[in-house]
Amino acid sequence: MMRIVVSIIFIVIFAASLDAGGKKTMDPRGKETMDPCLESMKTASLPDLPYPYDALEPAISEEIMRLHHQKHHQAYVTQYNKALGNLRSAMAAGDHSSVVKLQSVIKFNGGGHVNHAIFWKNLAPVHEGGGKPPHDPLSSAIDAHFGSLEGLIQKMNAEGAAVQGSGWVWFGLDKELKRLVVETTANQDPLVTKGSLLVPLIGIDVWEHAYYPQYKNARAEYLKNIWSVINWKYAEDIFDKHTRDLDID
Amino acid sequence: MAASAAVTANYVLKPPPFALDALEPHMSRQTLEFHWGKHHRAYVDNLKKQVLGTELEGKTLDHIIHNTYNNGDLLPAFNNAAQAWNHEFFWESMKPGGGGKPSGELLALLERDFTSYEKFYEEFNAAAATQFGAGWAWLAYANDKLKVVKTPNAVNPLVLGSFPLLTIDVWEHAYYLDFQNRRPDYIKTFMNNLVSWEAVSARLEAAKAASG
Repeated sequence: MMRIVVSIIFIVIFAASLDAGGKKTMDPRGKETMDPCLESMKTASLPDLPYPYDALEPAISEEIMRLHHQKHHQAYVTQYNKALGNLRSAMAAGDHSSVVKLQSVIKFNGGGHVNHAIFWKNLAPVHEGGGKPPHDPLSSAIDAHFGSLEGLIQKMNAEGAAVQGSGWVWFGLDKELKRLVVETTANQDPLVTKGSLLVPLIGIDVWEHAYYPQYKNARAEYLKNIWSVINWKYAEDIFDKHTRDLDID
Repeated sequence: MAASAAVTANYVLKPPPFALDALEPHMSRQTLEFHWGKHHRAYVDNLKKQVLGTELEGKTLDHIIHNTYNNGDLLPAFNNAAQAWNHEFFWESMKPGGGGKPSGELLALLERDFTSYEKFYEEFNAAAATQFGAGWAWLAYANDKLKVVKTPNAVNPLVLGSFPLLTIDVWEHAYYLDFQNRRPDYIKTFMNNLVSWEAVSARLEAAKAASG
């Protein structure tokens, strides 16, 4: 239980740090909240896509990118901010019961925001390096852990296809065990809910909204095709950043 | 009309009780083609493969569902078995020219247990809209009372000790082709235009008889 609360607090802080846009708000009585820490809590905002909506065609259609970004991700941001507002009020009022009750809606929507903010960066148009395989040191690390890049991709696709219901498949770095992992999470649970020292390198959304208009029920085909627009540069940057101090082969 | 006890077939993909285009414009033929023709079919086919050579082979859907739920720590066959059951139940929950307010005993019971049809509508709507991720919303019957329940993924009220009477599928595949992200519009359309209250009444009679 503590672990879930810690993870959720982590998610809240991480999500708030993703974007600028702090707003001073009044509490329901029209008074400014007393605690400066609460007052300065920043709300989330929808990040821009780093490329045009049609840039990932034919792997991911423009229609999907528009819906996914402007409707689904935007809804997570909106609902998350609403929940943060409710959390702020509950905390200010010392309403601990409500604070705890709000955790699931914060996890759903904050997780949705966190995950999608990473996802847009995990993708790139082909002419900007999408699909181009990684190089060292990440490349060698992948070979060491999965045999080859193909081995990693196959594992991701198998696990992604096997997710029942909604969720994500992740390629991550386990900083505690100093190794690369493939994990899945349910719904909008971020990777950190599977281990607080897991760092996401690549996440693939396997909610049906991520592929349905184009691929319908053929999730396996979506998974096969998405690799042509996966942005390995992002994964390399994150990997480099986190392994600088680790002894990882 | 199928009561819960009748959905025990030997894993047959039963066609819906209406033509695939009969629910237009509220639920498109294209949706039915994929939802029934691909998704539901896959649950049935995969279940057959999955239970072959195991002690579950030849058992009814009800049996498999109850024996693989495992208090929420689901055993492998649960997903396919429950989804096969849920989808057959879903098709039979709908009819062309359906929806709106029921009458007679069913209306009286809704008014008894929810104060009014409108309150039931609101509650059912809210359950369907707030089931996060994939799942279902239900009208169910237990202890001589009607209630609204929402469940994640493949879970259904059978494993929660109630009799399902009505369901709406809120997995995204159920509404994405027709409504995209607009799940609330899909729910309203279902409530206003698709619900088969005849099916619900028949199931309620069966549930009362079964509870003794």
